[in-house]
Amino acid sequence: MSADASPGSHHHSQAAGLFGSVDDVTEKLASVGYLASTAVATTVFLADRLGKPLLVEGPAGVGKTELARAVAQATGSELVRLQCYEGIDEARALYEWNHAKQLLRITAGGAGNPATAGGAGNPATAGGAGNPATAGGAGNPATAGGAGNPATASHREQGWSDIKDDIFSEEFLLPRPLLSAIRRTEPTVLLVDETDKADVEVEGLLLEVLGDYQVTVPELGTVTASRRPFALLTSNATRELSEALKRRCLFLHLDFPDADLERRIVLRRVPELPEAVAETLVRAVRALRAIQLRKAPSVAETIDWARTLLALGLGTLDDDAVRATLGVVLKHQSDVRLAMRELQLD
Amino acid sequence: MPGVPDHLVAFVTALRSHGVAVGPGETVDAAQVITALDLLQREQLREGLAAALLRRGGERAVFDSLFELYFPVATAATGAAEPAPLEEPGGDGVSELRERLAGLLADDADGPQLRALAGQVLDVLGGTTGAGGAARWSAYQALDRLAPQTLLAQLFAGMGSRPAEGVTGELARREVRERIAGFRRLVEAEAVRRTAEQRGRDAVARSVVPRPPEQRDFLSARSDELAALRRTVSPLARRLATRLAARRRRAHRGRLDLRRTLRASMSTGGVPVRPAYRRPRPSRPELVVLCDVSGSVAGFSHFTLLLVAALAEQFSKVRVFAFVDRIDEVTELFAPGAEQSGAMARVFGEADVVHSGHSDYGGVFADFLTGHAEVVGPKTSLLVLGDGRTNHRHPESGALASIVAAARHAHWLNPEPRTDWGTGDSAALTYGRVLPMHECRTAAQLADVVAGLLPV
Repeated sequence: MSADASPGSHHHSQAAGLFGSVDDVTEKLASVGYLASTAVATTVFLADRLGKPLLVEGPAGVGKTELARAVAQATGSELVRLQCYEGIDEARALYEWNHAKQLLRITAGGAGNPATAGGAGNPATAGGAGNPATAGGAGNPATAGGAGNPATASHREQGWSDIKDDIFSEEFLLPRPLLSAIRRTEPTVLLVDETDKADVEVEGLLLEVLGDYQVTVPELGTVTASRRPFALLTSNATRELSEALKRRCLFLHLDFPDADLERRIVLRRVPELPEAVAETLVRAVRALRAIQLRKAPSVAETIDWARTLLALGLGTLDDDAVRATLGVVLKHQSDVRLAMRELQLD
Repeated sequence: MPGVPDHLVAFVTALRSHGVAVGPGETVDAAQVITALDLLQREQLREGLAAALLRRGGERAVFDSLFELYFPVATAATGAAEPAPLEEPGGDGVSELRERLAGLLADDADGPQLRALAGQVLDVLGGTTGAGGAARWSAYQALDRLAPQTLLAQLFAGMGSRPAEGVTGELARREVRERIAGFRRLVEAEAVRRTAEQRGRDAVARSVVPRPPEQRDFLSARSDELAALRRTVSPLARRLATRLAARRRRAHRGRLDLRRTLRASMSTGGVPVRPAYRRPRPSRPELVVLCDVSGSVAGFSHFTLLLVAALAEQFSKVRVFAFVDRIDEVTELFAPGAEQSGAMARVFGEADVVHSGHSDYGGVFADFLTGHAEVVGPKTSLLVLGDGRTNHRHPESGALASIVAAARHAHWLNPEPRTDWGTGDSAALTYGRVLPMHECRTAAQLADVVAGLLPV
């Protein structure tokens, strides 16, 4: 355990810096329009202070991705986003060699070398040109004899090892989100979105990257983060993430906000809405969530509902307004029917 | 802070004894959390510890109850002044406390005032004498005498200015009901806190704190617990479907078809350039569910039927038959898209399942064989749900055996603990010889069994 604790405290000095206290988190997030509950503010503060990734789980539409965006904006960090999907692999998540450019470099290098060009016997050049005349030349025993010259051969050997070193350098590396987040020297927020969609193998990769904040590229060596990114993973819990990954993270179960917070969120996102309407709206949404629906309305749907009321010019949320607009919040016909009955609208 | 590590370890131990898996790594994280936070901010401490110690959303209820026990609100810090003493010392105080509660609820008062009142209610109405003459606190007794639910009508009369029709009235009604329920929880929490002060919190932690819903027994769960459980059906179904998809992918991967690979290699001079893989035929069997809906197992049956409905797309066809002592098809009540909440009540209203009111498995199996035998065929997976308690009638295991013989697979899910099988009027062991029977006492157990039974 002590081995675990010491790098944590070592990074303390590096990682601490985005936020000074829990209240500071609340204020800074509010200044960019994200109203945080105590749970959100506390866990964001701790993730920053302890230098641990934050795993955010919860139903769709409660603002998980939004949180990462707000943290980036509030702290002036760059947001680096890795969107996970089924079948995502190392080449998409970490880094990839730019094969096309490497090929170009090899071809260009071959053509630029005077010895090889003079010999005209370089099979690669001949094949690449595809010119029948050149090909014929390559087949010419005399030219082949010229290529067999020991001096030219060592020259070519030398050229190839130069090229080999060259094509596995920075210039030909395509960094993907995980690597670029680690290499950045500016403040960075790394968002790994919908982690549960990725395959289990990718979790192993994340484990390595988020555990030590370093990546090994065999041809280049190990890249260690000079500045730890603020890492935030989201999950819809369609499958259980591995225990090992969960253990590395702080865990935040983001649920629907309480009535007061949701009302303030709605008013901030739809400022033209009269306050009284916002209040009734939030009460109605909370009543809907208490009914056993197939898809409970999320915060995003509350905001949609508010916008709909405005667009239709409805000044209050009375029976008729609810009847006309319930389809905006509820996505299943059976849910609409059930809600109508429960709210005495039949 | 010498006592803090011990205290934290005691808290973690209590969490573990309630089935929350907390490792030493998490405990160290929690210790770091404690050093990083201002300990006077109790809500921040609660959220911080939850972030370090919990790993899934469902564990939060257990965590909160234990947090209340191990990190209680300092009594002096509740914020409210001592509530005014009762005015008529002679009376039992019920009517006066009801007045006060009604006043606070109508004003939508906040935490400290209500918490103070909850304490007072316990003082006045909830005191009992336990063994050995020690004072005990009973939230049940206090709430029984206070009867806060009967305040509903009075509160509405107080809100009289607004019309109680339509959405507005319905919203107000629901909110007042929710506030009353909130007050009940406050009284209960206060009783637990006082008991913990007297008997030591470790003793209370063992007995009072609830288990997470998916670990509660179907047969003994209360109706509100069952409702909470039913809310977990669709996430559970989604998890099962994802797990199944992963299993299918693995099953598809790497099954080389040697014959076709060798044939294909002929065109490349015998070098198997392009290996051919076996494509498994997608198997989507038909599912037939025979389901006991009598009172004793209704909670279990309802949950399982909802789960089956949510998993319907894994099957080419699902047919559901419900029975008590008669059997009738209720497929359309559990079809995808049908309204699920009142489905169980509609089974009794619209289907012919009850004759005398006592389960009669034997009679039902015989009826099914004569009336619906054509439903079960070689592509059918058969699922029987029930406790196998025949009320001492003939089990007719021969009829069940004929049904099972016609099906491709057959399984029985039984919500009773395995040790009770075959006791009293249970024919579980008899039926267990006809088809494999699985114990499904809790939602967690059921999920495991169903995951194993789903077609690959």
